[in-house]
Amino acid sequence: MAALTLLEARGLTRHFDGLKAVDGVDFDLRQGEIHALIGPNGAGKTTFVGLLSGRIPVQSGRIRFAGRDITRLPAHARVRAGIAYTFQITQIYAALSVFDNVALAVQGRGSRQREADTNAALARVGLESRAGQVAGTLSYGHQRLLEVAMGLALRPRLLILDEPTQGLANDEIAVFKTLVRGVVPEATVLLIEHNMDVVMDLAHRITVLNFGTLLAQGTPAEIRADKAVQAAYLGD
Amino acid sequence: MKADRALVLHLAVLAALLLAHFLAPAYHHANLARIMVLSIYAMGYNIAFGYTGLLSLGHALLFGAGLYGAGMGVMHLGLPAGPGLVAGTFAGGLMALAVGVLALRTTGVAFMIVTLMFAQAGYLAILYFGQWTRGDEGIVITRAARAIGPIDLSDDASRYLVALTLFAAALLVNLALARSSWGRVMVAMRENEERSRMLGYNPFAVKLAALVVSGLYAGLGGAAYGLMFGYVGASLASVQYSILPLLYVLLGGAGTVLGPFLGALLMFYIIDYASSLTDAHQFVTGAALVLLVLFAPRGILGAIRAKAATWLP
Repeated sequence: MAALTLLEARGLTRHFDGLKAVDGVDFDLRQGEIHALIGPNGAGKTTFVGLLSGRIPVQSGRIRFAGRDITRLPAHARVRAGIAYTFQITQIYAALSVFDNVALAVQGRGSRQREADTNAALARVGLESRAGQVAGTLSYGHQRLLEVAMGLALRPRLLILDEPTQGLANDEIAVFKTLVRGVVPEATVLLIEHNMDVVMDLAHRITVLNFGTLLAQGTPAEIRADKAVQAAYLGD
Repeated sequence: MKADRALVLHLAVLAALLLAHFLAPAYHHANLARIMVLSIYAMGYNIAFGYTGLLSLGHALLFGAGLYGAGMGVMHLGLPAGPGLVAGTFAGGLMALAVGVLALRTTGVAFMIVTLMFAQAGYLAILYFGQWTRGDEGIVITRAARAIGPIDLSDDASRYLVALTLFAAALLVNLALARSSWGRVMVAMRENEERSRMLGYNPFAVKLAALVVSGLYAGLGGAAYGLMFGYVGASLASVQYSILPLLYVLLGGAGTVLGPFLGALLMFYIIDYASSLTDAHQFVTGAALVLLVLFAPRGILGAIRAKAATWLP
């Protein structure tokens, strides 16, 4: 595992009125790793990745990405800088074709081979035969895959997946795991995930959030053995 | 092949309009010239509303900017009609830029209200600054000022051909725009703004650019309207002129290139017929709007595209 740091957050904080959704979190992502972010419901996971992707403004703290301070960079500019985010609740262009959905991602990063790159991204998730279909008519699982294809089509340096396996059938989860393994090490993956089998199977490292603060960080084995994590989360 | 089919259709419409110049009876000939100019305005509205999803209720301000940009240019600066047309077009674009920078901080209903308020402010400003705008009376553009080089815009035949030329240019630019990569981004913004943002598109920049292009169209439409028909007045910048393009676009098909023209054509004759029956022809406008929104939000070409001709741009 390369020890280079792709993303570095220091003292990251976001409060909503009185609620400390994210409270002074330090966090590092290594280049090329699959990093899982776990924690009980309401632990601040989605807010935390919202701060990283720029969807939610940072209150205090700093974020560096690929050696550059991106704390004040708007979300669309962070996407251009190489941070792709796939939504927890599927966000596709329901009225457009599957091809057009992915083509918009390809076009957004300024590709000159719109058609070839789009088809390649669709093939990667196994949706190439459905390119002409209206995206809103896809099954739920296929819509999730389409969203991942859009993320991949951006050719990000960091792919943030927000609960990607939620609502997927077991065979679809298997396909998804293979897909994520194929993304690294060229790209880095940050994964919010509730399914512990997926987390333990995929992640190189795990960060546990609880009440907006960092509870633990380590390899899957270390996290499994961590007493505090067991108390808060795993050992019901 | 798909691409050719769409281009052929649009060229056929233009050819039919050229044919109408020679065949149409005088009454309809004059109507068509007016409809083509109003269609330019409606195309501009469609770029903002139909393609980008910006439901503005204040486009009369941009149409008015075109009217007064041309009319006041001619009256105060002594501009000839050609430069007046250019001045009006840019006045529409600049006004859209100024309004957009402020109004695009809002979305949805708030955007509708803000644009409506700007347009009302513009309308009242025209009345208030009467010494320059001639307020209520409006500016009558003299026959001498209504000439582009040797072309006399007060002559029916020349007016029709100039209207057709401007309409053709506007239509073909619109077609190219709709099929360009930028056109796809406008549609993406309409379909799902948050998704588009997270694909790296700046929503504010895309919407502002669309609004400015929309303003250039509205400005051209307004300037042409004033110069061709010889009158620039505050009533043409009233709220009614914000609703009309919305109506044309909804009837013809929002987000289709030919929709604004088709809608303007049909609505013009519906209102024309209704006025021959009753003084309450504005009631017809309102009823049409309600019926369209409730029962046929896709409009004529939108419905045809969904059912039979998915290639329609």
